[in-house]
Parts: sequence; structure tokens; C-alpha cells
Amino acid sequence: MSAVSHQEYDYDIVKICVVLSIILGLVGTFFGTFIASQLAWPALNFDNPYLSFGRFRPMHTNTVIFAFGGFMLYATAFYIVQRTCHVRIWSSKLAWAAIWLWLIGLVCALLTFPLGITQGKEYHEAEWWIDIILAVSWVLYSLNFIMTIKNRRTSHIYVALWFFLGMMFMVSYIFVFNGMALPVDMTFSYSAYAGVHDAMVQWWWGHNAVGFFLTAGFLGVMYYFVPKHVGRPIYSYRLSVVHFWSIMYLYVWVGAHHLQYTAIPDWTQSLGAGMSIALIFPSWGGMLNGMMTMSGSWHKLRTDPVMRFMIVALAFYGMSTFEGPLMAIKSVNALSHYTDWTVGHVHSGALGWNAMIAIAALYHMITYIWRPMYSVKLINVHFWIHTVGAVLYITAMWASGVLQGLMWRAFDDYGNLVYTFADSVAAMHPFYAMRTIGGALVTIGFGIMLYNLVKTLQAAKAEEGQQTAVASA
Amino acid sequence: MSENKFKLSIPHDSVERNLGILCVFVALLVAVGGIVEIVPPYYLDDAEPAVEGVRPYTPLELEGYAIYRKEGCYLCHSQMIRPFRDEKERYGHFSLAAESRYDHNYVWGSKRTGPDLARLGTKYTDAWHVQHLRQPTSVVPESVMPNYAWLETNVLDTSKTKARMEALRTLNVPYEQGDIDNWEADLKAQAAADDGAGEDDLRARYERNTWVNEEGVVDQWTDSFKPTPLNVRAFDGDASDVTEMDALVAYLQSRGNMVHFEEGVDYYHDKFGQPYRK
Repeated sequence: MSAVSHQEYDYDIVKICVVLSIILGLVGTFFGTFIASQLAWPALNFDNPYLSFGRFRPMHTNTVIFAFGGFMLYATAFYIVQRTCHVRIWSSKLAWAAIWLWLIGLVCALLTFPLGITQGKEYHEAEWWIDIILAVSWVLYSLNFIMTIKNRRTSHIYVALWFFLGMMFMVSYIFVFNGMALPVDMTFSYSAYAGVHDAMVQWWWGHNAVGFFLTAGFLGVMYYFVPKHVGRPIYSYRLSVVHFWSIMYLYVWVGAHHLQYTAIPDWTQSLGAGMSIALIFPSWGGMLNGMMTMSGSWHKLRTDPVMRFMIVALAFYGMSTFEGPLMAIKSVNALSHYTDWTVGHVHSGALGWNAMIAIAALYHMITYIWRPMYSVKLINVHFWIHTVGAVLYITAMWASGVLQGLMWRAFDDYGNLVYTFADSVAAMHPFYAMRTIGGALVTIGFGIMLYNLVKTLQAAKAEEGQQTAVASA
Repeated sequence: MSENKFKLSIPHDSVERNLGILCVFVALLVAVGGIVEIVPPYYLDDAEPAVEGVRPYTPLELEGYAIYRKEGCYLCHSQMIRPFRDEKERYGHFSLAAESRYDHNYVWGSKRTGPDLARLGTKYTDAWHVQHLRQPTSVVPESVMPNYAWLETNVLDTSKTKARMEALRTLNVPYEQGDIDNWEADLKAQAAADDGAGEDDLRARYERNTWVNEEGVVDQWTDSFKPTPLNVRAFDGDASDVTEMDALVAYLQSRGNMVHFEEGVDYYHDKFGQPYRK
């Protein structure tokens, strides 16, 4: 199959991104566990402005989404595009430039958040000049990807690459338009939009960061690594075509479901709800396509923990993409909005789908670009710790979210509100504690993964040393 | 045989072989939804029906907003009351689009770890706010909010106030030249740090009925409309200096009482008129 020998591919750019992704995955989940424990035990804010929840929360979201997820997407894009196009990356220099700029941008973001320097837009907190660094990196990354496809030695462009292309275009749009701001100085800028319009643009960004960065990109990862890992072709080519185009079209519309019953126009709310419900079809099509690809290789689940990550990731993807449309229905949203249910939903996607398919892809790539993992047993331990952690986290947030929603709207027989808001806060404590434990387990899982990576790299280095010794002897 | 049965009616093969076509299709397709939902609200009057009373922030409130954003308050507190009975009981009248028309950025929030703040103004005393920000559990034992003791000791950094107002004017918030020129006097006057010298000027500027933005668009309220009086006092109880606490409490006390809601007026279903009237 391979028309090019492996030496022709540039794996150095993949390797650095794999290492950064795993390190930052550990850092990001640690930040998450820290802010989760602040909500359970507020004393952990330490009366210190730099560590207080409000300033620290973007540290968690940006690190897990853009550092862990981002470097995973950089690694996989560079890996997949070379291997499916049978050609070396168009420009290694540009790839390195993109990697360094992404890292510099993220480090700047993480240094400015504790100082309270923020645009005040969720998942887009970094100030305008950091936005520019990240945007330049993204454009270089996309350009390199497209030019590599242009140089391909294959006739067709593989389906995984379509999803990456969709992500690259859409993330460029939403990042630039949501980031439009008028700077006051280096530490402050005002959004170009106000009120209703700002809300619309923000959730067009917010939901499509999920829809394209965390879904289209990660589906590209799924479409390459699942068939490759189990050694079977994609179950249905037609389904992948339908899946792709319908996801590209439908996802863009659904941001308005974050604003149900707010002051945005009614028609946008209904449109957001309707499109969200429609979105279940392509989402489940993609999930089934991935799962059915594994059909016939189920016996490998007994021995292969990486495949376990893949199947559970797809199961969570199916569950989250059922839950999402459900929560987008206005009458359900009336209960769920503003509660922890939303947080639970996000994390069933993030910890279940995104992290698990990412972890699977990372383990797979390490094996191919260095050597087999140091310990398969530790991958298995990671799998179980991660899964238990994710389930604890999600169930805690479901329970607290629904409880919150019901407590806020409870009236007694005399027509008075039954609970004060403070009552609902007190009721959350056990769930917040449980969520912290779940998050801590996920963090420990990443620690195990990093240890396994370090050991694998040491072994690879030792083997390399032996080979040179043999060669020179 | 099944191959023919489900044959695609579009020639997808040519899309997969041609990078240019694939890129153009994707680039256009992903743009549709956003354009259809985001652009029309700028042109439809009923997207943000006019209502009397919503004015730009005073310099002190504007600095308070900046602190609200800096400390990430919006991550745990919403400012968007939905039209439900329980929310009306708990927080007050549902939020109108026009109430956040000058909010660059909007601070509706997405999560209520703490309660909604859209109509917090005048609900509690300044002293309650100061004590609550100093140590929330001292007034609400169940609270999980961090202590914000540093707000009281940090003297407000006003080096950016003028630039902020100028930036907002560029974005069509109706500050006039006089408002910007007098930012410092107004800021001190509102925090009562000037022995009452500038209060009348401040009130004349921010309790007016005519607002003109840089593009010359006039927002004229009826003569009989009396704008909500400004809160002018030492918010943190200490008139000797202007602290971050002064600014934040001034901002919080301004939340949600600029519009004078009248009994029996439907602020929700009017799709045509401006302002909302029966």
C-alpha cells in the first residue's frame, strides 16, 4: 500500500505535538480538578486573587481544549495527512512555526489569565494580541495541511482529511469573527458587538468550537485511527459522505440553543432547537460508522486496551449527541439551562468522547512513530481509571443539575418559592465533592499515561543506542 | 447489487478527487448557518425593541464592569432573567434585549453557580455588598463564592477610564465629548470623593433624556420620562479614596433598574412598536 518509505515522512513534528499534548493534558485536568475542589471547598481559593475561581477557570478550559486538544489535533493532522497522501509534509519549517506559535500563544494566555487579563468571552478569553498569535499559527497549520493534500500521490482525498478541512475553515471563521474587538491597550479590549448581537456571535463561536474543533477534528481522528487500529475498512463509505456534509451544514446553526428563553429573537431560538434535533441523525450516523467498523474485531477488545478507549469514546459520543438535542428542546432547556447539567453534558463529551478518542490516537501514534508502549498493562489501568473518573464526574453533574433546576422552580401550595438560592447551593456540596474525585481520577490517568510515555521514550532511546553500537561494531 | 440500489445521485467522486472543489464547498457550506442567524437581528427592529431609560455606564460603573469581567464574575452569575414565574419571583421582571444594548461584551453568562444579578441593584445595601464581597459566608453561610478582600484595599486604577470611554464611543455607545472630558470629575463625584462638588454636573450628564452617538443617531426619551436617579455616595463607606470596591458596588447597584416597568404593559409580545406600549 505505502508508496513511500516511512523515512520520507516528517515524524519530528508529530512527536513534539504528541509529547506536548500529553503533558498539557495532565496540566489541564489538574487545573480542572483544582477549580472543581474550589467549588466543593471554597477555602481553596486561598484569598489569593491569582488563584481565585473566576480567574482560574479559563486556565482549565483553555488548557484542555486548546493545549491538550489542540496539540493532539496538530499531531494527528500532520500524521494523517502525510500517511494518507503518501507524501511528506509540504513544509516542515512552517509546521514548526505553527507549533511554536501555538505554544507561545497558549503560554501567554496562561500567564495573563491569573492577572485578570481576559476578553470575558467563554472559551475565547485570551486578549486580542494573543488571539493574533494563535490565529497566525492556525492559518499556517491549515495552509500546510492543504498544500500537503495538493501534493498528494493518491487520487482521492481520504475522508478523515475532509473533516480536518471542515474544522480548519470553520474554526478560522468563528475565531476571527468572535475575536473582533477594539483594543484599549495590551490588557483590555471591548468586543465589537454588544448585547444581543454579542450573545449570538459568542455562541456561534462557543458551540462551533465544540462542533468543529472538538467534533469535526476529532471525527477526522476517528475516521483514520479506528479503521487503522482494528485493521478493517470504514464500515460504510456512503454513510461517511452523508455524515460529513450534514455535520458541516447542520452544526453551524445550533449555537442559539445556548440562549433559549433569553432576549434573543424567538425565531433564532426555535431554529437552534430544530437544527439541534436534526443533528442527532448525522451524529449517530458517524457513531455507528465508527462502531460498525470495529465489528468483526470484537475479540481484540479482550487484549487491546487502546481499542477499549475507542469503543467507549464512540459510545460517549453517541450518548452526548443524544443528550445535546434533548437539552436543546426549549422545555427541557428551561430546566437544564444555568445548571450543572450543562457542565455534565460538556464533560460527557469532553472526558468521554474527546479525551478517550484522543488518548487512543496518541497511544496508537506513539507505537508507530517510536516503538510499542512500555506497558500495555498501564494503558489498561489508565483506561479503567479514566472511565470510572468520567462516569463519576458526569453522574454527579447530572444529579446536581436536575436537582438545582427542580429546586429553583419549586412552589409550595401557597404559591411561594420553596427554596432560597442558598438552599440549592448547599444541596450541591456532595455532588461537587464527587465531581472532584472523578476529575482527580482522570488526572491520575493522565499521569500514568505520561509515565508510560517517558518509559517508552527511554526504551526507544536505549534501543537506538544499541543499534548504533551494533552498526559501529 | 446493493451498490446500485443506493447509488449517490451527486458525483461525489469528483469532489473527493479535486481539492479546490472540496475546499470551496466546505468553505461556503459552513458559512450559511451563522450568516442566517447573526446578520438579520441587526436589521430587524423587533430583535432589540427600543425602551426608555437604558443609558451608558458612568465612568465609575464602567470601571466596575471591568472588575466584574476581570474577576470572572460572569462565569458563576448570569445577568439574564428568563420569562418564567419562578424567575420573576426570585429575581424580578425578565430581562429585555435593550437592557444590555451598551454591553460590550454582553455578560448574560451561562451558569448560575450563584444567583442571577440582572436586577440586583438596590436589592441590598452597600454595606451588605461590601461585607459580602469581603467574606461571602459571613452573610450567606452556604456560599461557595471566594472572598474578594483585595477589592477594598486596591485603589482603583483609572489610567484607562478615558480610553475605555473613547473606545466605546467608537463602537457607537452614545458618550458625548463632554462626558469623556469630565470622566475624572464624574468618577470622583459618584464615589463622593469630592465632597459633593461635582454631583450636580454628574447628574446633569447621566440623568439626561437625549443620547447621541458618534454616527449622529439620536435616542430621545419622552419629556415625561424621569431617568432613574444615579447612585452617588461612598459605596465602600470610605469617601477618602476610590477603591475597586467602590467601582464594583456602584456597578452592581446599577443593575436592572434603568427601565421603569409598568404594571399591565406587555414588554414581550410587541413585535412592531418602539418602544413597547400597550
